[in-house]
Amino acid sequence: MRYLPLSDADREAMFARIGVDGIDDLFADVPRAAWRDALVDLPRAKSELEVERLLSRMAGKNVAAGSVPFFVGAGAYRHHVPASVDHLIQRSEFLTSYTPYQPEITQGTLQMLFEFQTQVAELTGMEVANASMYDGSTGTGEAVLMAHRLTRREKAVLAGNLHPQYRAVVENLAHMGGHEVVTLPPVPVGEDDVMALIDDDTSCVVVQTPDVFGHLVDLRPIAEKAHAHGALLIAVFTEAVSLGLVESPGAMGADIVVGEGQSIGNGLNFGGPYVGLFATRSKFVRQMPGRLAGQTVDAEGRRGFVLTLSTREQHIRREKATSNICTNSGLCALAFSIHMTLLGAEGLKRLARINHANAVKLAKALAAVPGVELLNHAYFNEFTIRVSKAAANVVEALAEKGVLGGVPVTRLFRQNGHDDLVIVAATEINTDDDRAAYAAALQEVLA
Amino acid sequence: MSMNTQGRPTSPGEAGEGGHTTFTGNRALMIEEALIYETGRPDVTGVDLADVDDTELHLGGLERSDAPNLPGMSEPEAVRHYVRLSQKNYAIDTGLYPLGSCTMKHNPRLNEKVARLPGFGDVHPLQPVSTVQGALELIDLVANGLKELTGMPAVAMSPKAGAHGELCGMMAIKAALEARGDARSVVLVPESAHGTNPATAALLGYEVASIPAREDGTVDVAAVKERLSPEVAGIMLTNPNTCGLFERDIIEIADAVHAAGAYFYCDGANLNAILGRVRPGDLGIDAMHINLHKTFSTPHGGGGPGAGPVVLSEALAPFAPLPWVVSGKDGFDLIEHAGQAGAAKPFGRMTAFHGQMGMFVRAAAWMLSHGADGMRQAAEDAVLSANYIRACLKDVMSLPFGDRPCMHEVLFDDQFLNGSGVTTLDFAKAMIDEGYHPMTMYFPLVVHGALLIEPTESESKASLDLFIATLRDLAMAAKRGDTERFAGAPWYAPRRRLDETRAARQPVLRWTPQAPSEPEPKRDAAE
Repeated sequence: MRYLPLSDADREAMFARIGVDGIDDLFADVPRAAWRDALVDLPRAKSELEVERLLSRMAGKNVAAGSVPFFVGAGAYRHHVPASVDHLIQRSEFLTSYTPYQPEITQGTLQMLFEFQTQVAELTGMEVANASMYDGSTGTGEAVLMAHRLTRREKAVLAGNLHPQYRAVVENLAHMGGHEVVTLPPVPVGEDDVMALIDDDTSCVVVQTPDVFGHLVDLRPIAEKAHAHGALLIAVFTEAVSLGLVESPGAMGADIVVGEGQSIGNGLNFGGPYVGLFATRSKFVRQMPGRLAGQTVDAEGRRGFVLTLSTREQHIRREKATSNICTNSGLCALAFSIHMTLLGAEGLKRLARINHANAVKLAKALAAVPGVELLNHAYFNEFTIRVSKAAANVVEALAEKGVLGGVPVTRLFRQNGHDDLVIVAATEINTDDDRAAYAAALQEVLA
Repeated sequence: MSMNTQGRPTSPGEAGEGGHTTFTGNRALMIEEALIYETGRPDVTGVDLADVDDTELHLGGLERSDAPNLPGMSEPEAVRHYVRLSQKNYAIDTGLYPLGSCTMKHNPRLNEKVARLPGFGDVHPLQPVSTVQGALELIDLVANGLKELTGMPAVAMSPKAGAHGELCGMMAIKAALEARGDARSVVLVPESAHGTNPATAALLGYEVASIPAREDGTVDVAAVKERLSPEVAGIMLTNPNTCGLFERDIIEIADAVHAAGAYFYCDGANLNAILGRVRPGDLGIDAMHINLHKTFSTPHGGGGPGAGPVVLSEALAPFAPLPWVVSGKDGFDLIEHAGQAGAAKPFGRMTAFHGQMGMFVRAAAWMLSHGADGMRQAAEDAVLSANYIRACLKDVMSLPFGDRPCMHEVLFDDQFLNGSGVTTLDFAKAMIDEGYHPMTMYFPLVVHGALLIEPTESESKASLDLFIATLRDLAMAAKRGDTERFAGAPWYAPRRRLDETRAARQPVLRWTPQAPSEPEPKRDAAE
C-alpha cells in the first residue's frame, strides 16, 4: 500500500510506546455492537496501473467535448484554457495547501485572493467582491438571502429566464428558510414582465443576462423600478466572458452581482467544481457571505494579506453568521485569476469579440437551414433556435452524427410546451469546419 | 519596508541573523512580489487570439461602456508571478500539516492525472446522457462505495462542500418532518460542534439549543434526554467528536432521539478515523455528510473546492435532492426533474448540474487504490499516529480530559503554558519557524487554549518523531522562560506577525488606483 508509510515494525514500536497491545485497544470507546470485524464489501487495494486502466476505460465511454464539433452551453462553456493555467494550479503549494488561517505562511494564496477580488469587482463593475462561492447557482441563493437581511423584506422576485437550475437552488434555499419567492414562467420569445411584480414588499429582483436563452437584458429600467420601491437588483450571469464586451451589471445599476466563473480558466468537469463570483457595493460588505482577503501590515510594517471580517462567519458567530459557508473555490478562483491575468483587459475584450463573432456566424448558418428559426435579436455567444421536430430527438440525432449541438429546452424546463427549442452556444473553440458540420448535420436531421 | 508600484521594495529588507540588509528586500530564494495591479498593463496579453473580422454586432446596444481595469501579463511574467506567490505558501507537500478537524493527508498525483482525462474533465453536464455513460458510471461507483462504507441505503452526491452537505442533510430532515405534517422548531447542537452546525440549523429557521459536554469531553446523554421534546427536529452531532473522542453513548443517544420523533444528523468531518471499522448506519444515524477532501484525499486547494455527499437512512432517502443517477438494463440514466423521480419526493436542488465530478474522480481513485483493506488500515494508522503523539507529549503538554485513548486527533490545552508568558498563539507561531504548519488552535471552544493535532495516516514514524521532538523542545523552551523566541514569532516566515485587527477595522479588500496601498516611502538605496 504505497500511500501508507508505517511498517508493521513501526506499528509495533508505536503500540509499545503508547502502552497498548494492539489497535483494538485504541478503539475501546467504540461500542462493541458497532465494531465491524470483516472488511466492507468493496474490492481490495489496486496498483496504480490497475486504477489508471480502470478509470481510463470508464472515461473512454464518454464523448469528450474536444473530440467533436461542440456547441453546448446553458450555464457551462468550453473555452480554450492556456496550458500555463493548469500547470500553475497544480503546483503543490497551491494545490495541497489549506485555508489560509496562518497568514504568515500563506501569503501566496492570500495575495492571489486579493487580486482575484479586485479582478471580479472590475469585471462586474462593482466595488467589492468576495473570495468566491461554490458556484454561480449557490451564489445566487446566497445573494437572495443577503437581500432579505439587508431589506428585512421577505419576497424575492425571480425572472422567468433565470437558468432553471439556479432558480431551483434559490427556491429550495428560500423555501427551507421560510422566505417567499415569486417566479415568472420562462419567455423564450419576447420579454418577461419582471417589472410588474416589483412592489414595496419586494426584497430583491433576480435577473440573468445573458439569460438562459441567450438574450441580453437591459437592466437599467429594472434597477430603476427596484430602487424606487426600496428593493435590490441581483444580476446573474453564467458566461463571465460576456462581460468583456457587454455592459457591466454594476454600470446598469445592480446592487449584487453573482455569476459563474467557470468559463475563465476552468474546464467543464461535467458540472463541477466551478467557481461562484460574488460582488456588491462597499456599504453591504458586512452582510456578504463567504470569505474575504484583506490587506494589512506585518510586525515590520511590510504589506501583507489576511482573511478578514471574520466576525460575519460561523466559526465566530455560530448561529448568527451571515451564512453557513466556511469554504470557497480557492483553486478554481486561482485558475480564473491566472487566465484573467494572461488575458488582461485587451485580451478579454478580444476573446469576447471572437465569441460574439462566432455566434453571429453560427446563428446565420443555422438560420439558413430549412426548418430552423432564430429567436434572439440581442445575444452574446449563445442563442436559441426553434426546429421543426422535437428538440430532444434532434439533439440526440445530432450526437449520433458526431455533433454536440446544444441543449434541448425540455432538458432544463421539463414541462413547458417549448419542446421545439434548442439552446446553442458558440465560443472561440469553434472553427469554420465545426459550423459547417453542424449546419450540414442539422439539415440532414430536419430533412 | 514596503513596495512601490514597480514591484520592488522601496527600502532595504531587515537584516537576518548575522546578515545584512538587502537592497531589494528579497532574501535569496524568497522574493518579494508585487500585485498584478502594480506590474501588469491593460494592453499586454499572454494569450494569442485570432484577429476579429468586422462582423456586425448583435448586442442590442448593450456594448460595454467602461473599460474594466484588468492588468495583463505576457506568459513568462505571469508564470513567474504565480510561481513566486506559490513559494509563499505552506502545503502538505511541503511538510506536516497537523490541522485537527481539518485532515491534511497526502494528495496522490494519480488522482490529479485521472481527473484530467478528457472523458472526465472535458465533458459538459448537459450533453446527451448517451454520451456520458462513463461519467454516470463513475458517480455510481463512488456513490456505492460511500453507501457500503457507511452502511447507509442512499446518498445525495451533489452538495459542493462539507457545510453544503450539512445543509443538505438538515434539509432532508426538515422535508421529512414537513411530509408528516410535523413542524418542529429546535435543533440540538453540542457546545463542541463546528460553527457550521449551528449556522446551518439557523439558516433553516431552527432555534439552536446548545448541549453541554461532560467532564470527559463527550456529549452528556442525560442532557440530551432532558432537552428532547416534541419541538425538537433533530440533533447535530460530530462523531468522532471535535475533542478527538468517540461518543461512547451514541447508540443510546440515537435511540432517544428517534423515540422523541426527531432525526439524528452526524457531522461526518471525522469519518477518516473509523473508515472500514465502524459503519455510521449501525449507530442509528439518519444523515451524514462526507468531506471527500478530508477522508478521500481530494486536495484542499487553499480553501476549496471540496465536495460533501450526504448519506441518508431509509427514513430520509425518499427526500434526497435532485439529481441522482440510476442504472438500468440500457445503461445509466440521470434523474434531473421531480417528474422523473417516481415515488420519491426530492426536497429540491442543492446546486446547478450534478455536483463536484472532478472531486468524485479523485475520490474514486483513492478508494480503488486503497481498497477495503487499505481504507481500514488508513483509519487505523491515523488513530495510531494520534495516540503516539499523545503518549509522547503528555508529560510536557496538557491533556484536558486525562490520559485516555483518542481517535485520529489529539486535543491538548494551554495549561502547560501557564505562567510561562507564552500564549497559545505564540506557541503556534513559533512552530512556523521550525518548519511546521501550526495545529488547529482555540477549537473546540469547550477547552481553554485548545491545540488540536491531527497527524493523519500519511506521516512516517520518522516524521512523527521529529515533530514530537520539536514540540517537546518548544514546550521546554516556553517553560524555561525563553519568551522572545515566541513573542516575536514567526521570525523566518515570508511575513512576521500580521496585524489582523487593522485589517478588520480599516478593511482594504481590493486594490484601487486612487489610494496606493502604502504611503509613498522614502527611498535612499540605489534603483
